[in-house]
Amino acid sequence: MPSRIRQPKTAGTYVRRGLVITYLFLLVAWPVSLVVKHTFDGGLDNLQTALSDPDVVFALQLTVYVAVWAVVINTVFGVGVSLLLVRYNFPGRGILSALIDLPLSVSPIVVGLALLLTYGSTNGLLGPSLKDAGIQVAFAPLGIILATAFVSLPLVIRELVPVLHEIGTDQEQAARSLGAGPWQTFRRITLPSVKWALVYGVVLSLARSLGEFGAVKIMSGNIAGQTQTATLSVEEKYQDFQQGTAYATSFLLALIAVAALVVVSVLRPKESPDGD
Amino acid sequence: MGIEIRGINKFFGDFVALEDINLSIPSGQLTALLGPSGGGKSTLLRIIAGLESSDSGTVEIEGVDTTNVPAQKRNVGFVFQHYAAFKHMTVAKNIAFGLEIRKRPKQEVKDRVQELLKLVHLEQWSDRLPSQLSGGQRQRMALARALAIEPSVLLLDEPFGALDAKVRKELRDWLRRLHDEVHVTTVFVTHDQEEALEVSDSLVVINEGRIEQIGSPDDLYDRPASDFVLSFLGPVTRLGDHLIRPHDIEISRYEQAATATGKISRWTRVGFEIRLEVTPDDTLHPDPIQVVVTRAEATALGLHDGDQVWLRPQAGVEPVRG
Amino acid sequence: MTTEIQPAPGATRKRRVRSATSLTRSSGIGLGLAVTWFSLLVLIPLALVVIQSADGGWQTFRDTLTNSQTAAALRLTVTQALIVTLVNVVFGTLIAWVLVRDHFWGKRILEVIIDIPFALPTIVAGLVLLSLYGPDSPIGINVANTERSVFLALLFVTLPFVVRTVEPVLLELDPEVEEAAASLGASRFTTLRRILLPALAPAITAGAALSFARGISEYGSLVLLSGNLPNKTEVASVRILTYIENGNEAAAASVAVLLLGVALIAIILLQVLTSVVSKRA
Repeated sequence: MPSRIRQPKTAGTYVRRGLVITYLFLLVAWPVSLVVKHTFDGGLDNLQTALSDPDVVFALQLTVYVAVWAVVINTVFGVGVSLLLVRYNFPGRGILSALIDLPLSVSPIVVGLALLLTYGSTNGLLGPSLKDAGIQVAFAPLGIILATAFVSLPLVIRELVPVLHEIGTDQEQAARSLGAGPWQTFRRITLPSVKWALVYGVVLSLARSLGEFGAVKIMSGNIAGQTQTATLSVEEKYQDFQQGTAYATSFLLALIAVAALVVVSVLRPKESPDGD
Repeated sequence: MGIEIRGINKFFGDFVALEDINLSIPSGQLTALLGPSGGGKSTLLRIIAGLESSDSGTVEIEGVDTTNVPAQKRNVGFVFQHYAAFKHMTVAKNIAFGLEIRKRPKQEVKDRVQELLKLVHLEQWSDRLPSQLSGGQRQRMALARALAIEPSVLLLDEPFGALDAKVRKELRDWLRRLHDEVHVTTVFVTHDQEEALEVSDSLVVINEGRIEQIGSPDDLYDRPASDFVLSFLGPVTRLGDHLIRPHDIEISRYEQAATATGKISRWTRVGFEIRLEVTPDDTLHPDPIQVVVTRAEATALGLHDGDQVWLRPQAGVEPVRG
Repeated sequence: MTTEIQPAPGATRKRRVRSATSLTRSSGIGLGLAVTWFSLLVLIPLALVVIQSADGGWQTFRDTLTNSQTAAALRLTVTQALIVTLVNVVFGTLIAWVLVRDHFWGKRILEVIIDIPFALPTIVAGLVLLSLYGPDSPIGINVANTERSVFLALLFVTLPFVVRTVEPVLLELDPEVEEAAASLGASRFTTLRRILLPALAPAITAGAALSFARGISEYGSLVLLSGNLPNKTEVASVRILTYIENGNEAAAASVAVLLLGVALIAIILLQVLTSVVSKRA
């Protein structure tokens, strides 16, 4: 049959469209564009000032370092747990599946508190013993990585699990019947099928990791040039009346976030090919 | 009366979905719109229902011009291929929907729903959700829902298309019997010629946006107006210069006046039927000729794979055209 | 009806073929490692928060709650999160509707804009809002350091939740169902009320729950915008942070557990509400 015609456009269509565009413009588009405008108020001055401030440069480097580690950890953990949840039966699977989403609904401040209660160097449950063993967690990069990994933990899994369900086990069983070992099956059959979901999850994790603020604020100690990440530096610079630098750093972070979104929206398989 | 369609045209961009359709569907009959997918029959049905608008032309239902009446006000019962069940409502609630919209008294709604549940044999399922029913049951529920509003016409769009072969056949017989009971003017769309021939009082063959032929099932099968209708309603094969149905060919192992001669080159048995392929001796018409005989006939004639045979139309059969 | 096919109830429901197998030796080791890591990172720390809050007994809970500043912070947080969730239910559904049903140039851009609050660092989100609704507002609207700044920040960070949960469900809805309602005589409004909203209700609820949970736990976007004024714009997360900075971890844990409790109650309430709504329809 010829493609179904769309419902005729009525006055209501335009009212709804107008409302939605106005709402999103006032809430998101305009404010975000103002940050870009403020960043380039004096040409490239703000960016140059920010990038010549050693604390800011250090904060950006630390942020990238932490984010990369957190993403690597979450990817390995995420792939493993997704496979276990979808492909294996074991007691407690339902509980594990429910608990995995927990980090998304916990306040970053509570995350910080929880990690501090566990890994705090003096009062934490495990912190003092780890410190005796020469491992400093709280107020050190390791603590920041833990906080970051915590908040972005479920993102890879949430993307992978539905896709793994979807593709089923037919192809894997076929590969096994053709003589492939578990590792070969995973690398040559499973991984290519979930590739895009994995990339999507990793991109989301990366964006979330680069932007974590509350949990990192508590676990890092927030010392400029030592344990201060980019988001923490934005807060400090803004409150120190170096607003140009704050805007410039925010701009860089926002740029990465939007770039990540664009990558994701390009990668995301389209449910309906919309000719718009 | 019934449905009067005059001068309907419908375009989707450059695509001509329907071209100058004029059709008169008599009251109380079961009419099939038959044709290949994409031929425009569903579009026509949706235009009758008011779910789609035509670019020109008029539709009259029971003497009332409904061309500009919205679907809500046409009082037309419509049954969709994929049931369009209201998933969050029970079977009874689904059936009651149209009556509730019409603000009928509660008791009347209840009684009518009971009556319809009985009619479609779903009494024990009234409190179930559609997801708990089989496809055939869902379609019967959809039919009851459409009948509940006592529609002036009942329209069914490929109503059995999503069901498997066995259920499909059952529902088909059941629809025929149901129609004999309720006598509402019914139009159904199908691309299955067997379904159309078996169920309908009259047939409208539609292809590429145009009506090819209108008539009773016998008319169309025996006196097709075009090659298209001939080949769409059943298998055809070419015998000499003519198109003919494979079971209308007389086959003999002995020399006789024949339209074509050749060797049996393929032998397939399907149940009681034997399908033969004859490779003609005439090199000008090298395409194999399909012949169908029953098993009993094949035995009586002493046919075997590889035999030389003589073919001609059976007595009384007019080969349609060349 | 001759040969009736009456399957057992539920028999025709799509069943996912469970192809899961029991653990092998190597996957068992993998599971052990994963659970250990998950415990060390998430479960033990969160359990310690609960234990810490219980340590002080009811006394700590009562003291914390009766502290007027904390009570005010909790009130503000829950109220604003509720209002924001309500706005999201209306606007999120509307946005999802327009994204799915309307077609116009630039729709792809709107899709990206909706995800920005999710991807943008929260501190940057605060700065972003400050630039239009702060002291230097080009349109003369300054909400900084007022209750409305909390509303605005929460509205920004929770924008995607309802939209993104409703959108796929709306896409899946069969347009024939609406046509069926129309052919049975239902007006657009009746179809919306009796067919569409009940079908969307579970998704809206799920989105609302996420939005509320995110709302009551928000911190980063408020830091620069709300000024954290005690009894005025200070939210629960900031109270927890203050307790942590003062070394009062028991009180911090009490507020944290309360927050978790409120989120849980909200989610359960919303679930009940949905089932009532869809049954009535």
